[in-house]
Amino acid sequence: MSPQPITDSKQGVVLGQARTNGGMSQIEIEARDFNFFYDNGGFKALKDINLRMPRHQVTALIGPSGCGKSTFLRAINRMHDQTPGTVTQGELLFEGEDINRAEDLIVLRRKIGMIFQRPNPFPMSIFDNVAYGLRLEAQGVRKSEINDRVEQALRDAYLWDEVKDKLRHSGLALSGGQQQRLCIARAIAVKPEVLLMDEPCAALDPIATLAIEELINELVKNYTIVIVTHNMQQAARVSQYTAFFTTDDSRTGQLVEFGHTTDIFTNPKDSRTEDYITGRFG
Amino acid sequence: MNTATLRRKAIFVQSIFFATAAVLILTSIALVLFIGSQGLRLFTTYSPADFFFGTSWNQSTHTYGVIPLLYGSLMTTFLTLLVSVPLAILVAIFMVEVAPAPMRRVMRSTVELFAALPSVIFGLLALTIIVPWVRETFNAPLGKGILPATIVLIFMVQPTIVTITEDAVRTSASSLREACHAVGATRWQMLSGVIIPASRQGILTAVILGLGRAVGETMAVQMVIGNITVRIPKTLTEGATTMPATIVTQLPEAADPQTRSALIMVGFLLLIIAFALILSVRTVTGRSSKKPKAVKAEAPEPVSPDPRDPLRELEREMEAS
Repeated sequence: MSPQPITDSKQGVVLGQARTNGGMSQIEIEARDFNFFYDNGGFKALKDINLRMPRHQVTALIGPSGCGKSTFLRAINRMHDQTPGTVTQGELLFEGEDINRAEDLIVLRRKIGMIFQRPNPFPMSIFDNVAYGLRLEAQGVRKSEINDRVEQALRDAYLWDEVKDKLRHSGLALSGGQQQRLCIARAIAVKPEVLLMDEPCAALDPIATLAIEELINELVKNYTIVIVTHNMQQAARVSQYTAFFTTDDSRTGQLVEFGHTTDIFTNPKDSRTEDYITGRFG
Repeated sequence: MNTATLRRKAIFVQSIFFATAAVLILTSIALVLFIGSQGLRLFTTYSPADFFFGTSWNQSTHTYGVIPLLYGSLMTTFLTLLVSVPLAILVAIFMVEVAPAPMRRVMRSTVELFAALPSVIFGLLALTIIVPWVRETFNAPLGKGILPATIVLIFMVQPTIVTITEDAVRTSASSLREACHAVGATRWQMLSGVIIPASRQGILTAVILGLGRAVGETMAVQMVIGNITVRIPKTLTEGATTMPATIVTQLPEAADPQTRSALIMVGFLLLIIAFALILSVRTVTGRSSKKPKAVKAEAPEPVSPDPRDPLRELEREMEAS
């Protein structure tokens, strides 16, 4: 089940070997025989996942409901720590370090930001929403810097022009799509390396969805993005790499196929992938 | 069924709803008017200034100064909320964020059970436990007063405040917890900076209900406060009284019409105070929750082509409700 070493045609390097190249690693996140359990091991949600997600690329996780793609995404910044009875096995590496051995969860999550299915701005002003992460003590951002950082984050999230005159207004007064971009601004304000997106457009209309997709295409220049989506057109539009997950009879999620998005969508190696992307199943 | 019959039916059902609502509203108005008219009759024979500013209430000398009653009521209510609200917030946070699920369930049902206890039971417990404790600890001869009344009230309002606060905290926590963790907030930063401010509306509803119970509670307070109406208490451990406690202890023995009117007037005043307190809390919350820190002059709202656009109005109404 281990994926073939992947070659990135644009960069001309064999990504699978890049880790040993010295210098900056080309693989940002890597799963090695990663298993995940709920209920203190009672339910196996993910089985033997092997996956290498390249740096500054968008990797889409697709698959039918309950295939474990969200579970895998949330394991990357250890959101499961809040859920009692979750157990991991194998390795899940971020910049070569095992995520599950990370000593400081706060530092880990600062480097791996997350965008959720429903836009969830805090009930405070637009400015304070973006400044929230910067003001936390752990960030060590000087007060004089905060204004600039907030503006930059809002610009990077393509929201600045729409909100620059009402930064003191409540973030909850924005439209759904604006709220989601506000959440993206909040996440990138603390300058993470990775952005995890859990169906970020599920609650948005098509126009707002398009705005988020354009934003993702822009953000990928500076961030490694992992996105879970049910929308295959979306996966095709925004991602460079795609991982297809599915379940077997025991409801355990597994990785079927991983590779360049164009390959997965035009020339899938596994019949299950083909069935799914052509709409025969799922 | 044709449309005419349907319409008649709709009108019929509507008028039933309307009638029910009207009866309810009219009853409330009638009640206020009745108590008001009965109470205000006092001022035909007694000076309003002596009533509102008098510092002694004594049936036998026909002195009806309401200040000692008012002082006792406001003091017990204020002290009760001063302790109850922060305590309830801590308990609610513990239940939502710290306690494991089975413990939370046990706590929840215990708290709800407490809410159903008759107030005379609270009074009984207070009389046998709190009053002797106050008597010994503070060297107070009676052991009754504002302090024991406040202690028993804290126990009585706690269930209401905790239950509603917990609901509010749980709701905001479930939607915002992960967002806070995702930007690297610690649990404390999340609670103090986001979850509690987001729960403000629910917490203030809890405060209103607790306030209502504290200011109106009669039985348990009457049993432990001492019912001293003739003077304003100087300490929290000497005999005092509240408005409801005075009414319930003195009305049965009020023979002359003037005393009766005076006591009914106290009831009317209590009603007005309760309304005023609830209204003021509601106004404060209404304003703060709708526009947190909005700066009005700085930026105009997004302009709608017609300010009376019906859709806009509908949106506005929905926001307001």
